[in-house]
Amino acid sequence: MSATGTLAARPTRRGLRGWLGNPWGDTRVLWVVAIAYVAWTLLPVAEAVLFSFNKGRSITRWEGFSLRWYVSDPNGSVLHDPALQHAVIQSLKLASLTVAVTLPLGVAFALALNARRGPGTSSQNFLMIFSFVVPELILAVSLFLLVLDAFRFIGLGTTAQLVGLVVLALAYPVVIVRARLLSLGSSYEEAAADLGASPMRTLGRVTLPLLGPSIFASGAIVFAFVLDDFVIVNQLSKDASTQTVAMAIYGAARTAPTPATNAIGTLMLVTSTVVIAIAVIVQRRIARRTAGPAILGAPEPQAADSSAGS
Amino acid sequence: MSSEAGVAATRPRYWPALAAPATLFLLLFFVFPFYVVLAVTFGSIDPILRQPVPAWNPTTWNPAILSFTWSNIVHTDGLYEAAFVHTFLFVGLATLLCLLIGYPMAYFLARRAGRYKAAFLALFLAPFWISYMLRLLAWRSLLADDGYINRALIGLHVIATPYPFLQGKPLTLVLGLVYGYVPYMVLPLYATLDRIPESLMEAGRDLGLSPARTFWHVTLPQSYQAILAGLVICILPMFGDYYTQQLLADRANTRMVGNAIVDALTQPIFVQRGAALILVMLVLLIPPILYYLRSTRRATELAR
Repeated sequence: MSATGTLAARPTRRGLRGWLGNPWGDTRVLWVVAIAYVAWTLLPVAEAVLFSFNKGRSITRWEGFSLRWYVSDPNGSVLHDPALQHAVIQSLKLASLTVAVTLPLGVAFALALNARRGPGTSSQNFLMIFSFVVPELILAVSLFLLVLDAFRFIGLGTTAQLVGLVVLALAYPVVIVRARLLSLGSSYEEAAADLGASPMRTLGRVTLPLLGPSIFASGAIVFAFVLDDFVIVNQLSKDASTQTVAMAIYGAARTAPTPATNAIGTLMLVTSTVVIAIAVIVQRRIARRTAGPAILGAPEPQAADSSAGS
Repeated sequence: MSSEAGVAATRPRYWPALAAPATLFLLLFFVFPFYVVLAVTFGSIDPILRQPVPAWNPTTWNPAILSFTWSNIVHTDGLYEAAFVHTFLFVGLATLLCLLIGYPMAYFLARRAGRYKAAFLALFLAPFWISYMLRLLAWRSLLADDGYINRALIGLHVIATPYPFLQGKPLTLVLGLVYGYVPYMVLPLYATLDRIPESLMEAGRDLGLSPARTFWHVTLPQSYQAILAGLVICILPMFGDYYTQQLLADRANTRMVGNAIVDALTQPIFVQRGAALILVMLVLLIPPILYYLRSTRRATELAR
C-alpha cells in the first residue's frame, strides 16, 4: 500500500506532466519506491515474528516479551500442543520426501534434454514447463479427482500430497540444472571422452560433480517451496494426521489464532531461511573453487587442461 | 555447435531415455488427471451413494453438467456469474497494480541500486521463501479492528472508529493479491532490464535523446516481452487463488472462482460442478499459458 502511495504522491510535487515525461529521471524517487517496497513486503513478517513472543493471548496488542507460546504455556504452546508438533513433522517429512523424489527425476530429465534433440524432446520439455505454469488449484483439483475416482489405491493423504508436490516442484531442478549445463558447455565432457572415459564414467566423475552446486541449490529451493505450499497439501490431505504448518496457520487464522500460530510460522521461517542460506554459501564456495582456477586451465581436473588446449 | 555434435556422438543411444522416468511421472500424474476431470464432468452421479461416477468412455459422455455450469456463468444472477465477474475484476486490477509497482522496483534493482544491489536483491527475494500464510496472518493482525493500522489511523484522526478492513472489502482483497504476487512481476522485468546493454542507452543519448525519451523509446520497448511475461505469470496463479479471499475478505460479495471450486468439492454431490468449473478455467487460461511458453522458448533459443 505504501508503495502505491509514494507513486501517487510524488508527481504532484514536481508536476504530473514533468514526472510522466521522465518517470525515473530522479533517482531519489526510485530509492523511495524501493525502500517503501521492501518495508511493505517485510514489515508484516517482522510483525508476525514479534507477536510470536507476546506475553498475552492477543496477536494484535503487544503485552511484553515472553517465550510462553514456544515453551511455557501448558495448553497452547508449541511444546505442549501435539497437533502443532505433528504439523511441523508432516511439513518437514513432505519437504524431504519431495526433494528425494524430485532431484533424481529432474536431474536425469535435464541431462537427457541437454544431450541432443531426440524424438519427442521438445514435447517433453513443453510438458515440463506446462506443469510449471498451470495454476496450482487446477493441479490440486485434478489430482483430488484422480485419487478419489481413478487411482483409489492412493487415496487422500501423505502419498497423494507427495505426488502433487512432486508434479508441482519437478520443474525447479530441471530449469536450474539445465541452465548450469548450458553455461558449462560441452568442453569438459569432450575432454573426458578424448581421454577415453566412457559416457557413464564421464557422467559420474565429471558432469555430476560440476553440477553439484546447482543440484544442491535446486534441492534447497524445492525444500523451502514445499514448506510454503498450501493449495496442494490442503486439497489432498486426509484428516488432522496429514495437516501441515501452512494448513495449521490457515485454519487458526480463520478461527482463533494465538501467538502459538505465529510461533510455528516463525519456526518454519527460520528453517527455510537456514536451508536457503546454506545453499547460497555452498554454491558460492564451490563456484569459487571450480570456476576460478579450473576455467583458467589450472591444475584441478585434467578435463580443464585439455579443454584449454583444444 | 560442432562441439555439441561431438559430445552427442560419444553418448550412447539410450541417453534420451534418462528423461523417461520424469516424463512417465508427468503423464500419469499431470496429463491423465486432466482426463479424469473430463470423465467426472461428463459422467453421472450414483443415485444411491450420491457421489460422482466418471464416464471413462468418451462416447458415453453427457454434457448436461457442463452446459448447466456454463449457463450459470454467463447468465446474470447465475450461480457462478458473480464469482467470475469478481475474479476478472480483482485479478485485472491487482495485475495492473503489480505492474505499476513492479516496474519501478525492477528498474531500480537492475539499474539504480548501485553497490546496494546484492542487499536489495536479497531483501526482494526474501518473500519467496517466507510462508505466504504467515504473511497473510500478519496482515490479518495489522488490519484487525484493534490492529496497528486502525490504531494509527485513529491516532492520526483520519477516522473516528475502526475501519472494518477484513469484513469483505474488495480493496483489501485486491491489495492482498498485489502483495502476494508482485514479486512474480518484478522477477522477469528485472531479468530483462538487467540485460539491456548500457551501450543502447548511450546510443540514445548520443543521438540527442533526453533521458525521458531514451526511457520511452529505448528501455520500455526492450521490456515489452518481459511485461507480457510478468502479466501472465501474475494472472495465472491469481486465478486459482482462494485463500487470500478467505483470510482477508471472507464474505459472499468478494467470492472468486477458486472459492466456488473449492466449496463445490466439499460436497460429493457437487463435485461434477467443481470439475466443470476447472475445465472452464483451464480453457480460459490456455491462451496466456501458450503465449508464455512460446515467449520463454524464444528466449532460451536466443540464449543458446
